[in-house]
Amino acid sequence: MKRDRSRHRFFPGMVVLAACLAAGVASSAPSEEKGKVAKPHAAAPAEKQFAVPTPPFTPGIFPCSDCHKEMTPNPKRRELKEEHTNIVLNHAEGQRWCLDCHDTYDRDRLHLVNGQRIRFEESYRLCGQCHGDKYRDWKVGVHGKRTGMWNGEKQYLLCVNCHNPHDPRFKPLKPLPPPVRPGDIR
Amino acid sequence: MPTQERRDDRAFRMSRRKMMRGVAAVLGAIALPAQDAPASVWESFFQKNFRELSPEDLKGVLSRLEKEYSEKYKKAVKVRATPPIEGVSYGYGLDLSRCIGCRRCVYACVEENNQSRDPQIHWIRVLQLNKERGVDLEDAEHYYNPAKVPEKGHFYMPVQCQQCEHPPCVKVCPVQATWKERDGITVVDYNWCIGCRYCMAACPYGARHFNWKKPGLPSAEMNPETHYLGNRPRPVGVVEKCTFCVQRVRNTPGRYTACVEICPVGARKFGNLLDPESEMRYIIENKRVFILKEDLNTRPKFYYFYAT
Repeated sequence: MKRDRSRHRFFPGMVVLAACLAAGVASSAPSEEKGKVAKPHAAAPAEKQFAVPTPPFTPGIFPCSDCHKEMTPNPKRRELKEEHTNIVLNHAEGQRWCLDCHDTYDRDRLHLVNGQRIRFEESYRLCGQCHGDKYRDWKVGVHGKRTGMWNGEKQYLLCVNCHNPHDPRFKPLKPLPPPVRPGDIR
Repeated sequence: MPTQERRDDRAFRMSRRKMMRGVAAVLGAIALPAQDAPASVWESFFQKNFRELSPEDLKGVLSRLEKEYSEKYKKAVKVRATPPIEGVSYGYGLDLSRCIGCRRCVYACVEENNQSRDPQIHWIRVLQLNKERGVDLEDAEHYYNPAKVPEKGHFYMPVQCQQCEHPPCVKVCPVQATWKERDGITVVDYNWCIGCRYCMAACPYGARHFNWKKPGLPSAEMNPETHYLGNRPRPVGVVEKCTFCVQRVRNTPGRYTACVEICPVGARKFGNLLDPESEMRYIIENKRVFILKEDLNTRPKFYYFYAT
């Protein structure tokens, strides 16, 4: 009995202590941390934000809703004959069409497979669904170009800054001139 | 001894020793700056090795150089001597599966580091290699010039200073004008270099380059943000090399090197080998990495890797 009572006394003590500790931690946490905690999360854990440039839209094409808000969405898979004919899909086109990535009802956003709508600035999450290995490397600055400060703030590029999402293979470039042969140096 | 007497009788006897003394004196006088030379020439003539300069001396040297370069290039030139950051050892990564051989890095480096445009000096050399033969340096070509790169069946391997942990170039320098700094960057004191080019012969990577002529650097293209041990304008007759853009990377925060910034495919990586969070550590721990000419035990800090 004696042991039991002592346990009873111990438990509330622990609870009070834990509460105090938690309060202390919460109050000492930086404000941005608190903001993050306060943000409601549905199911997925918080995605880290990366400093990315604006997506390379064709001038004047964004926001897409400028044109699309007048139209009734047609989710039927088909070949586009009137608009966007310049886009030739060369990216597993047999298994994909526009509305697998572009959102049917919110044309200014994309969507993930789980239906979550994301902004174009977050398109790396969309690409990362299939290209998980590249996404992992990109986040740590190994895939793709990361500039800025090696020991400070860094700038990322979106996947689409280098890879056209509709035709992702990196295009060949003209090389800069070769060095002068030693014999030709005067 | 009749011959002996006859010799002693002569008023002036030219011996080999006397002759050599005279020659040395004349040559020494010629080597000295002319009487009317400006004070700065005398100062640079008697300047000590960079590593023996006191802080006050160094200040004087830097301001003298700043004045000299600012006059010459007609713009405000900064010459700094930022010391290494503690707890930093720089490492470089180059993704061979990405490089397309476009040579953007070569020319970005030339612009950043004030290399001579004419005669041409490049610190980076991009080798075109055959996919079938792999990294076979006997089979490398660096004068390739097709309309578009990458060419079918080839891959590309840029080579520059590997910033060795055991730099053979430093070992052979007879005057200690080149050395490895605490952050792993091998540097040259252009004011101390005598131009013997032993280091060029010792370097297994062809990473050192000699100023055979007065460097041709147009004022308009001159980068005024310079470092004493890095990209400040060089005189004729000294050796120069890649310094991982010492003028950029020694700042806190410090920019990435010019070649990293320009690379259109993001094949070039740079970071602190002592920081477990850096991209270099991630690469070494997670990717297939190799160093060039490992068998020479130079222990480069330039890691080639395949990200895929």
